[in-house]
Amino acid sequence: MEIFSLAHLWAGIIAIAILVYVLLDGFDLGVGILFGMTRDEAKRGPMMAAIAPFWDGNETWLVVIGASLFAAFPAVYAVFLSAFYLPVLLLLVGLIFRGVAFEFRYRSERMRGVWDFGFAAGSTMAAFVQGAAVGAMMRGIPVEDGQFAGTSLEWLHPFPVLTGIGLVLGYALLGACWLVLKTEGAVADWARGMVFWLVIGVLAIVGPAIVAALTVDMSPGLTQAAERFGMLSSLGAAAGFYALLLLVACARLRLDGALYPLGALFFAATFVALAGMMWPYMIPYTLTVQDAAAPEASLRFMLFAGVVVLPVVAIYTIGVYWLFRGKVASSEEP
Amino acid sequence: MALDPLILSRLQFAFVISFHIIFPAFTIGLAAWLATVEGLGFATGRAVYRRIFDFWLRIFAVSFGLGVVSGIVMAFQFGTNWSVLAERAGPIQGPLIGYEAFTAFLLEATFFGVMLLGRDRVRPGVYLLACCMVSLGTILSSFWILANNTWMQVPIGHEVIDGRFIPTDWREIVLGPVMLIRWLHMLLAAFLTTAICVAATGAWYVLRDINRAEARVMLTWGLGLAAALIPVQMYLGHLNGLYVYEHQPAKFAAIEARWKDEQPGTEVWLAWPDAARQENLLAIETPGIGSFIATGEWDAPMTGLESFPEEDRPPVVIPFFGFRIMVGMGLVMLAVSWIGTLLRVTGRLETSRWFLWATFLAFPSGFIAVLTGWYTAEVGRQPWVIYGLLRTEDAVTPALTTTDALISLVVFVLVYGMLGGFGVRYIYKLLREGPSGPSGAASGAYGSRRPFARADGPGVTDRR
Ligand code: HDD
Ligand code: HEM
Ligand code: HEM
Repeated sequence: MEIFSLAHLWAGIIAIAILVYVLLDGFDLGVGILFGMTRDEAKRGPMMAAIAPFWDGNETWLVVIGASLFAAFPAVYAVFLSAFYLPVLLLLVGLIFRGVAFEFRYRSERMRGVWDFGFAAGSTMAAFVQGAAVGAMMRGIPVEDGQFAGTSLEWLHPFPVLTGIGLVLGYALLGACWLVLKTEGAVADWARGMVFWLVIGVLAIVGPAIVAALTVDMSPGLTQAAERFGMLSSLGAAAGFYALLLLVACARLRLDGALYPLGALFFAATFVALAGMMWPYMIPYTLTVQDAAAPEASLRFMLFAGVVVLPVVAIYTIGVYWLFRGKVASSEEP
Repeated sequence: MALDPLILSRLQFAFVISFHIIFPAFTIGLAAWLATVEGLGFATGRAVYRRIFDFWLRIFAVSFGLGVVSGIVMAFQFGTNWSVLAERAGPIQGPLIGYEAFTAFLLEATFFGVMLLGRDRVRPGVYLLACCMVSLGTILSSFWILANNTWMQVPIGHEVIDGRFIPTDWREIVLGPVMLIRWLHMLLAAFLTTAICVAATGAWYVLRDINRAEARVMLTWGLGLAAALIPVQMYLGHLNGLYVYEHQPAKFAAIEARWKDEQPGTEVWLAWPDAARQENLLAIETPGIGSFIATGEWDAPMTGLESFPEEDRPPVVIPFFGFRIMVGMGLVMLAVSWIGTLLRVTGRLETSRWFLWATFLAFPSGFIAVLTGWYTAEVGRQPWVIYGLLRTEDAVTPALTTTDALISLVVFVLVYGMLGGFGVRYIYKLLREGPSGPSGAASGAYGSRRPFARADGPGVTDRR
């Protein structure tokens, strides 16, 4: 029975790490996506400054998720990464280009346009791939003998493409909320104005996604997903929907402090809805939490990292956010 | 050699890790160097330390960024290309990488932001602490990754159940003697790499007669540190060799290009190992020394490659030359650092132009040694990915197609080629500008102008 509870504990820790990743890297990927929607250097400077101290720490949560899966659910790590070989390549290339932009854009005059493009395109690509992966997971992933048994373009279908676009818009929304919080003047006004359109965009994707799921993309996996849409998922979906409405209202009323928390609430609620549909599978619909769990000796050894180190990480992460609290000064523009 | 997913994955892994290690080899040392300089500035209040700090911080920022983005690629390679390895050895390798992520990556990445942009937001003591945390993060990172790799080199503390490796003794896995030696060898390799780079930069400025105050500090510290560390490094290298002799006899024979069993063992100093004919061409060798280095006795019998089944023999040329180039670079560092320290003590350092040139040209020695050292260790381990237990050819992702593997390899080569090219150019530009260059005076990293204009606190007033 021991292995049972340890495996579930680790599934919980990983779920939290994913949520933390989405809420943190979500806003800075989102700022990167919005960065591509303006060519105005007076906006771009503060946008960069609003995420510069945080992006590296945020992105590292992706490594934490990968490493925790590798440690606690090696089969999931192996299957997921081989199933998404090409998307993972795109994700990595996207993260590479956006990561180096922070330094490179200030080191070169002539090449700045290239690094700026890389920053926006890389952020967009990373967001799209993550969203597409969620959609592809909902369609189900074939596994034999603990190894991925599909083809390399298995993930490329209308439904995952729509979820990919949905996440791009969702992250951009989170990014806009963050900008309202961290910047002032023209940038903040622009971001506040974007909130409305991005909410419309997110809602406009959900409809076609459902239609696609029901028509062209009618896969056994999605049917399963629909059947698993239970109580918890309905609550999550409803909460997410109301969070979006409130978000629009608060943006209108200029309640700036409420925007990012509401954006976060929307993501958390959606996350719960999705988790409710996938549970107890880690690789839908072939590997469950228990099938994939590492032996007890591994889970136990890792326990210290999850239970002792992680809270310490939380403390110093909050400390660093606190350190850089407040609006980015306009003098911090390059 | 046909292009199959296996060979492409091996090429890709070798390529991306070779690109990656160049930056850690530099940043592990730089982080420690920056913490040291900041500490010196904190303690003495001399402005020269602050100028040196700000200068190396800009270079650190660029190389750390490249280290991070190429590292994130590494974290996923095990699953994308070596999924059988990941699935079977995950119970052991996973927690080690997991600890690296939890204790090292989060630490260094979070405090990296403070180090770059937080100077004017915190008290000097807190800022120093942030520098130390980044340095600690890089050191911990090297610790866990070496534990991981050492387990693949000398697998211990586990049992095999249904083809999966189940850990039985974590203490042995994490703190085994082989692990500790290899980790220290790697850590010192990073420190030496940076020390030589710092000294070479100082030498360059003296040759061009600019930034003399900063150059003096860089030369003194770089050469002094290298002089102190290199003997230790050589001794650790010797211990490393002993572990190879004990645990990986086939690799040892490959490093020594020893084709036949011998008594006593000959030391082949230089030769061209001819794998087809299983002999050494143009060999310069001395009988007896080979036995002595490995065992301390002059006539101990030594095993040659002929004693191993053909399918268990590693390639010879790369481990043979890799090892010799690494040792050669070690000798270069020994010569530069000791002669330099001697010249400094006798007060002739900054006037001996020939020596300054030699120091400047030694700039890449650390990087070369690190790469060739790893090539020795990794190619010598072949055909095993987990020594004696899992072959590299059995570890590759079964669903991986040649097309996909080729696409990813080409993409990585193109992307890294571009980034490496510009990264090196920007670093070169920063080095050439020096501590008083325009980047230093006008803007800091990430476009913030303010972090470099702190007006209060220690570090600005030069008490000299
Ligand atoms: C001995 C040193 C060493 C070696 C052999 C490796 N690394 Fe590394 N790695 C570091 C030393 C390092 C570092 C010093 O911690 C880095 C380099 C620069 C940096 O930013 O952090 C880093 C960065 C880095 C990152 C980004 C962390 C972050 O976001 O801050 C990841 C995910 C990895 N590495 C993963 C790997 C993997 C999977 C490796 C092996 C296959 C590997 N590294 C070899
Ligand atoms: C950082 C310095 C390193 C360098 C320069 C390096 C270099 C190499 C090279 C050249 C190979 C190819 C050998 C061959 O195929 O003939 C290889 C293989 C491999 N290395 Fe490393 N390595 C390094 C560190 C590591 C670490 C830290 C790990 C694990 C934690 C690791 C895991 C592997 C694996 C899994 C392979 C097998 C795949 C293959 O054969 O290509 N390496 N490495
Ligand atoms: C001069 C005397 C030296 C000796 C006798 C020596 C010996 C060795 C040996 C035997 C190995 C292979 C270990 C294995 O297969 O696992 C090794 C690896 C390595 N060496 Fe050296 N070394 C020396 C100097 C250096 C120097 C100066 C550097 C760098 C500045 C360096 C960096 C490395 C690295 C990065 C590795 C790969 C990591 C590892 O396997 O531990 N070595 N060394």
